[in-house]
Amino acid sequence: MSDITETTELGDGYDQPNEAVAESVEHGEHTVDATPDDHPGEHWSDLKFVYLALGLAVITAVEVALSYMVDDLGPVFLPALLILMLVKFFAVVMYFMHLKFDNRLFSLMFYLGLGLAVTVYVIALLTFQFFNS
Amino acid sequence: MALIERPAPDTLTPAVATPESTYGAFRRPVHSTGWKSWLFTIDHKKLGIMYGVSALFFFLVGGLEALLIRAQLAGPEGTILSADKYNQMFTMHATTMVFLFVMPMAAAFANYFVPLQIGARDVAFPRINAFGFWCFIFGAIFINTSWLLGGAADGGWFMYAPNSSVPFSPTNGIDFWGLGLQITGIASLTGAINLIVTVINMRAPGMSLMKMPIFTWMILVTQFLLLFAIPVITVALFLLMFQRSFDATFFSVEAGADPLLWQHLFWIFGHPEVYILILPSFGIVSEVLPVFSKKPLFGYPLVVFSGAAIGFVGWGVWAHHMFASGLGPISVAVFSVSTMAIAIPTGVKIVNWTMTLWGGKLRFTTAMLFAIGLIVQFTVGGLSGVTHAVAPSDTQQTDTYYIVAHFHYVLFGGAILGIFAGLYYWWPKMFGKLLDEKWGKWNFWMMIVGMNLTFGPMHIIGLQGQPRRMYVWTEARAGSGFFDLGFWNLISSIGSFVLGIGVLLFFVNVFLSHRRHGPAPLDPWDARALEWLTTNPPKEHNFDRVPTVGHLDDFFHRKYEDRGEDGHHDFHQVATAEELMAVEEANADPDIHLPSPSYWPIVLAFGLPVMAYGVIYNFLLIPAGAVIVLLAMFGWSLEPHTATEADYDPPTPEGGAELEVADHG
Amino acid sequence: MADAAVTDTAPEAHDAHGHDGHGAHVTSTGLSNNKLAMWIFLGSECLLFGGLISTYMLYRGRHSENLGPDQVWDIPFTSASSFVLLMSSLTMVLAVTAAQRKDDRNTRLWLTVTALLGSLFVAGQVYEFTTFYREGLGFTTSLFSSSFYTLTGFHGVHVSVGVIMLLATVGMILKNRIPGDKAEVVELVGLYWHFVDIVWILIFTLVYLIPA
Repeated sequence: MSDITETTELGDGYDQPNEAVAESVEHGEHTVDATPDDHPGEHWSDLKFVYLALGLAVITAVEVALSYMVDDLGPVFLPALLILMLVKFFAVVMYFMHLKFDNRLFSLMFYLGLGLAVTVYVIALLTFQFFNS
Repeated sequence: MALIERPAPDTLTPAVATPESTYGAFRRPVHSTGWKSWLFTIDHKKLGIMYGVSALFFFLVGGLEALLIRAQLAGPEGTILSADKYNQMFTMHATTMVFLFVMPMAAAFANYFVPLQIGARDVAFPRINAFGFWCFIFGAIFINTSWLLGGAADGGWFMYAPNSSVPFSPTNGIDFWGLGLQITGIASLTGAINLIVTVINMRAPGMSLMKMPIFTWMILVTQFLLLFAIPVITVALFLLMFQRSFDATFFSVEAGADPLLWQHLFWIFGHPEVYILILPSFGIVSEVLPVFSKKPLFGYPLVVFSGAAIGFVGWGVWAHHMFASGLGPISVAVFSVSTMAIAIPTGVKIVNWTMTLWGGKLRFTTAMLFAIGLIVQFTVGGLSGVTHAVAPSDTQQTDTYYIVAHFHYVLFGGAILGIFAGLYYWWPKMFGKLLDEKWGKWNFWMMIVGMNLTFGPMHIIGLQGQPRRMYVWTEARAGSGFFDLGFWNLISSIGSFVLGIGVLLFFVNVFLSHRRHGPAPLDPWDARALEWLTTNPPKEHNFDRVPTVGHLDDFFHRKYEDRGEDGHHDFHQVATAEELMAVEEANADPDIHLPSPSYWPIVLAFGLPVMAYGVIYNFLLIPAGAVIVLLAMFGWSLEPHTATEADYDPPTPEGGAELEVADHG
Repeated sequence: MADAAVTDTAPEAHDAHGHDGHGAHVTSTGLSNNKLAMWIFLGSECLLFGGLISTYMLYRGRHSENLGPDQVWDIPFTSASSFVLLMSSLTMVLAVTAAQRKDDRNTRLWLTVTALLGSLFVAGQVYEFTTFYREGLGFTTSLFSSSFYTLTGFHGVHVSVGVIMLLATVGMILKNRIPGDKAEVVELVGLYWHFVDIVWILIFTLVYLIPA
C-alpha cells in the first residue's frame, strides 16, 4: 500500500503518465509493470488479423460439429464447448480489441465488470439450484 | 491576464468571409447570465447546484409523503389515507427519498466538489454531465406525473412480484415507476462513467490516488458501484416492462415463472445501492471531522481501503434481503456470514472517525455536530443491522417495523445527516455565505430529537410484530403497558413532525442567512482540501492556475509549515488563504478554454420521457422519441468543442454583451 | 449512449502543460478520456448481458412440449449468421488499422463492409424471428420464448445501434466532420462493435449449441 502514496514525484515529470493509476483502482493489491505508452510496440499486421479470424471461424465450425455429437461425447461435451467459447471470447478481447497490448487500466475496467457479472449471476443461479438440473 | 470565455477575435476569426454559426440558422447558446445560462450549461458547478436544488425539493416531497404516512398511523383506524393511497404513499416515499433525493444529492456534491478537489477545471465529459442531470430531472418529473394520471406506483419500493403485475396493480403507476427509474438510471450510469474518468484522468499534477481527498475517494467507489449496479436494475425493469406492457410472464408463478428472479435482480442492484446511498456521506464526514478536530484524518489509507472493501463485499450480501423467501439453508448460511463480514470495514471507518476526534481541538460547529451525529446514529443503525445478519433473528424481523427502524437509522442517521454536514460545511464555498450557526444548532437538535422520536419507537413496534406497510392498526391488538403499540405509534408520529420542523429550519436558516449575512471569509473553517484554494464561489474556470499537489490535504500544507523534529509535528501557519489566493491570481494561466454550452444534452434527454409515455399510452410516441434522441445524438456529435465566432453577438464598443473579461491582474 | 461517449470532448484543463498543440489533452494517466470511458461502459454492459443471459438460462426449459429450443433451432442457419458477425469483427479491425495509417479511403471501405455484415446479421435475426413466429413461438408463448426474444432482441438492438454508428462514422469521415482524433473515433466504434461480437460468441454457444 505505502508505495502507492509516493509514486508520483513532483516536478517536470507530472505530465507523464501517472503510474499510480495503473494500480488497481478499487483495491491496491495488483502490482504493475506499468506500460505508459498508449500504443506499445506490438502492432499486428493485417494479415495476422486475417489468420486469427480464420482460426476463429474454424473453432466455430468445430463447435457446431461438436453440437451434433452430444451423445457420443457424453461428459466431455459441455466442457469442450465452453472452453472453445472462452478461447473465441478472449481471442477477440485480447487481439481484436487490443486489450493484451493496451494499458492495464483498460483491462482492469473491463475485467472488473466481467468478473463481477460472472460471480453474481453464477451465485444467483446456484441459489436457484440451476446447476443441479 | 485576461480570462476569456469567448475566443479572442484577432486569433480566431475564421479565414472565410462569411462565418457559419454552429447550427446554421440557430446560434449556439453562449449566454453566461440569465435562465439560458442555466438551461444549457455544461458547467459542473451549475449542474451541481441544480442537482442539489432539485434534490432538496424532492426531499420536501418525500418528507410530505412520510408525514402523511405517520399521520395515518398516529392513532388506531386511521382515516387520513385510503388503503390504496397509503400503498402509493409509502412506495413513492421510498422511491423519492432514495432515487430523487439521496442519490442526486450525492451527485450534487460529487459534481460540484470532485473537480475542485482534484484540481480540475471541469469533469471529463461536460456535455454528458448536463445530459445526466436532465435525465434525472425528466425521469423524476415523469415518475411524479403518475399522481395525476391515475395513481402512483403501489408495490413498495422493491416492487416484489406478484404485487407488481397488472392484476394486482392495474393502474399505470408501476409503469411510470419502472420507466422513470430507467431514465434516472441513465443519469446515474453516465454520471458514473463521467466521474470515474474524471477522477482517473483529470487530477492535478502531483495528485496521486493516495493524495486524493477522501470525499473524492468515496465518490469514486460509489461511482463504481453505480456503474455495475445500474445495468442489473435495468434488466429487471425491462423484464417488468415486458411483463406489464407486453404480456410476458417473467414473474408470474401461474405461468411457471420463478418470482425470486425479480428479488435476485432487484437486490443484486439493491444492496450495492445501499452503499451508493451511504458512501458519499461517509466521504463528507471524513472531510468535516478532521477540519473541526484540527487533525488529519486518522488512518487515511485504512479509510480508503475499507471504503473499497465495502464496495466489494457489498456485492456478496444481497440475499440477506431474502432470508425469509426459502432460499435453502446453504444460501442463507453463506449470505449470513458475508453480511456479518461487511460490518468489519464499516466498523473500521467508525473507529477511524472516533480516533480522528481523539485528542483533537474540537470545534462544535453545525457541520461538526451533524458529522458526529452521523457517527452515533449510524452506529445504532449498524448494530440493528447486525441483528438482521443472524438469519433466525432476521426471520422474526422480516417485514416488521424493526426493519423500518433499522434502515431509517442508517439512511437518515447516516446518509442524510452526512448530507446536512456537507451542506453546512460547503455552503460558503458554493454560495459565498455562511449559514447561521445559531439556527444551525436548532436545525441539528430538532432533527436529532425528531429522528430518534420517530425511528426509535419503531424498534419496539417492530419487535412487537407490527408489520410494515399495513395501512391501519387496531386498538384491540395494540397491547398494553410498555409495549402498547398505540402509545409508541403516537410518539413516532409526533417525532416525525418534530423532524419535519427540524428540516424546515434548514430552509429558514438558508433564507435568513442570505438576507442577513455578508460574504463569507475565504477560508471560514481553516479547511484542508484543495477545493478551498478557489474563490467563494469558485470562478467559472475553478482555478486560476492548475495547482500542483504535494501532499494529501494540500491546502492545509500550503497554509502550515511543519517545524517539528524527529517525527513530531509542529505546524505553524505561514500563509493565509487570502495570501494563497493572491499568489494564484497573480500567476493565472494566460488563456483558459472552457467548452461552450450546448442545446443537445437537454434535447437528447427530452426524447426519453417521450418514449416512456409512448410505452404507456401510444406506441407511436416511441419512434417519435427515438427520432428526437437520434437527431440530438447527431447534433451532439457534429458540434464543435467551442462555439464559433458567429455564435456570439457582434462585439459592441463596451466589450459585448456576452464577453466576459475578468480583472486584469 | 455510446454514440455520445465517442464524441464528447473534455475541457482543456491542462492545456498550459500540453505540448502537442490544439485538441490534445494531457491526462493524469496519459490515457485518452474517450477510450477509458468506452472500456468502463463495456465493463458495465457485462452486467446487463449477464442478467439477460442468466434469465434465459433460468427459463430455457420452461416451454410446452413441442416448442422448445431443441425443436425450433436451425443450427446451420444460425451458424452462418454467427460466422457473418465474426467476420465483421475482422473487417472492423481492418478499418481500425487503416484509420491508424490515416488511410481514409480504406477506413471508409472497411467500415462500410462491417456495417453491411452487421446489417446482414440483423436481417438474419429478423428472418429467424419471423420463422419462429410462424412456427408458433410468439413473444409470450412461454417463459422460454420471452426470455429468448428478450436476450437476442437486446443483442440485435445493440448490433443495430452499432450499424448506425458505423454508417455515421463513414459519413462524418467523408464530410471531414469528425472533431478530434479520427483514428480514435474509429477505434472506439470498433471496441463497441467487438463487444457486441463477443456477446454473440457467448449467446451462440450457451443458447444455441448447448441443448436444453
